[in-house]
Amino acid sequence: MGGSLPQVSTFAGPIDSLYNVILIVTGVAFVLVEGILIVFLLRYRRRPGQKAAYVHGSRQIELAWTVGTGFMLFLLAIYQYRSWIDAKLNLPDESQAQVVRVSSNQFEWNAIYPGADRQLDTADDIKAPINVLHFPLDRPVVIHLESVDVLHSFFVPALRIKQDAVPGRPGRLWFQATQAGEYEVACAELCGLGHYRMRAFVTIEPQAEFETWLAEVAARQQ
Amino acid sequence: MHSAEGELSFWRKYVFSTDHKVIGKQFLFSSLFFFIVGGLLALLIRTQLAWPWEEIPVVGPLIYGEESGNILLPERYPALVTMHGTIMIFFFIIPILSGAFGNFLIPLMIGAKDMAFPRVNMISYWVMVPAFLVMVASFFVEGGTAAAGWTSYVPLSARPDMIPGSGLGQTLWIVSLLLVGTSSTMGAINYVTTIVTLRAKGMQMFRLPLTIWALFITAILVLLATPVLTSGLLLLLLDRTIGTHFFLPDGGGQVLLWQHLFWFYSHPAVYIMILPAMGMASDIISCFARKPLFGYRPMVFSIMGIAGLGFIVWGHHMFQSGMNPVLGITFMTSTMMIALPSAIKTFNWLATLWRGQLHLTAPMLNALAFVSTFVIGGLSGIYSAATPVDIFIHDTYWIVGHIHYVLFGGSLFGVFAAIQYWFPKMFGRTMSDRWGKVHFALTFVTFNCVFFPMFILGERGMPRRLADPYNYNFLASLQPLNQFMTVSAYALALSQIILFANFFVSLYRGRAAVANPWLANTLEWTTSSPPPLENFHTAPVVHRGPYEYSSPEVSEDWLPQDRVLGGAAAD
Repeated sequence: MGGSLPQVSTFAGPIDSLYNVILIVTGVAFVLVEGILIVFLLRYRRRPGQKAAYVHGSRQIELAWTVGTGFMLFLLAIYQYRSWIDAKLNLPDESQAQVVRVSSNQFEWNAIYPGADRQLDTADDIKAPINVLHFPLDRPVVIHLESVDVLHSFFVPALRIKQDAVPGRPGRLWFQATQAGEYEVACAELCGLGHYRMRAFVTIEPQAEFETWLAEVAARQQ
Repeated sequence: MHSAEGELSFWRKYVFSTDHKVIGKQFLFSSLFFFIVGGLLALLIRTQLAWPWEEIPVVGPLIYGEESGNILLPERYPALVTMHGTIMIFFFIIPILSGAFGNFLIPLMIGAKDMAFPRVNMISYWVMVPAFLVMVASFFVEGGTAAAGWTSYVPLSARPDMIPGSGLGQTLWIVSLLLVGTSSTMGAINYVTTIVTLRAKGMQMFRLPLTIWALFITAILVLLATPVLTSGLLLLLLDRTIGTHFFLPDGGGQVLLWQHLFWFYSHPAVYIMILPAMGMASDIISCFARKPLFGYRPMVFSIMGIAGLGFIVWGHHMFQSGMNPVLGITFMTSTMMIALPSAIKTFNWLATLWRGQLHLTAPMLNALAFVSTFVIGGLSGIYSAATPVDIFIHDTYWIVGHIHYVLFGGSLFGVFAAIQYWFPKMFGRTMSDRWGKVHFALTFVTFNCVFFPMFILGERGMPRRLADPYNYNFLASLQPLNQFMTVSAYALALSQIILFANFFVSLYRGRAAVANPWLANTLEWTTSSPPPLENFHTAPVVHRGPYEYSSPEVSEDWLPQDRVLGGAAAD
């Protein structure tokens, strides 16, 4: 999944492989159903003077495909649990992670980093330039996601993360990046006339470079 | 009342009629009109996605006007997607399935003279008319029409300062949908009552055609779900007008509450938009396979299963909404399981074809297209149901592709099939089968060219509702594919001219229809085409189920529900 997009978080591998599993399962179902449909269309075109089979159904056949399909679907659901729990429920300990507040408004993303005290909402918070987000490589990042006006959705395709920023209801999401580089953030929830240009850039860089950048931003802020 | 037809004035006969057949046709013509409107809006969306911000030759100045430099303004694009969705769902698919075919077919197929409450039926249409007018008027008010999406998510839809369309246009949108809800509810009460109380002698529930079962369950869905939408709309209206804060966080309101209320209605509404088409496709497939519907009872129970499960899956629209992710697990599991009854239906349609004698008429081809494209719609839903995969594809073109395979590929091919199948009964004339096949072939090919690439766009992460996706580096390379889709969309739209031409020419020039042109079994074919006022010359008595095709009891390959065997055959 993701076409030419790189896989740059720990989620990317599992999510993309789940996509591939579903692609195989639904692909087989698709080929079977459409194949049978086409075969029947060719095989059972009407022949003058003949009558169709007078068949109303079959309890065994109904039972077989109901139980079989139900079982497959249920397995497919259970098979997703682990990745979902990892992505959205098992948030890392914030004392061990880089915490960042991402605040959104029409039509920009603002990253706010805790200062030396490692606490947000204190005097030494560091506010990055608009639409510029930096995150450290190979370290869990916990985002406190907020919106001050309408719904936005924080979508970083390369990281395989997406979550709505809900006014009045701050949310948490996390990821761990596995590859340095610069990636795009897109807003994925209609937020007004500038929705299509609510773009930001995420820079993933090693911890040392990240700290250097953060210090520079803090220095400029003084 | 026997000679009433001659006594009715023009107004009572054609305008304020209580005859279900006339009301059905009123819904038919209104919704076909809005099909054109919604389709033209779709073409404007597609044009923008192919050539963003460019002036459209000839048409551009007419639509967008001098003051916007003859091009689409950024604030108009959300309005286009909002109104395309709103009009197609509330003014086309729902009214044509339940309003037009529900009204026309229910009394005829159960052997009744009319609906249980003919006057309520008349009012249910005349409540739609102000809804139409209010929605159309919203295009011309200051700030333009609603622009917060057909889902009208708050706070965008509650705060006029957030987008131009969130002014009077949004208020009118709410008022219009309140009227639509009122109309649907009146229709649904009528359908349920009529099917329960007015069935012909011998028409047991398990002798009803699938079309009637589907319309019956759909009406129950409407009755249970619509009040929740109505409540949500009223709360939103109050937030907008008298300063309450049900949904606005700065006064203690909850943004997610709107989403819960909206989807508690709108997810069942997806089934309101597909179940009747499933029922009609079942009847049409059985008729043209000349073979009993395979698994009649499993088909009925799977409609009930879809309707029941349909009430506990709404949260899958909110997986990435910030809702407690534990709920995501529950809703994923219920959503996966709702694929089961849909799969059972698909298998039974296929099994109906098995060892049949297939007559590939235009209605049959459209019904088969329904089956084959609904399969893609259903299977693509599994990706969205899988919460981890949904993290990536949520709110991308994947979901746009999915919903169009369900509603265009499914419902609309069902509607095409139904229009051509019941046209002789409705108007006493026959549509051209040859032109029907031309329309079918062109529509089927161009439909897939427009909508299948949406899955590719979704898989690349292209978010929906972007006026200009190409300022993102990761989407820039998708413009040629979008241009191909847009050109295909023009071809798809042009193909519909064939359907409309066939429809209107046949209305006046079509070959006169006999009572039972398809040699079908259900009761509507036992009366003349078109049926007289009060439908049946003598009250029908039902002796068997609706799918006794190729029965060994008779030499012909059909056996109407009301035929008496063993004695003088009733004609």
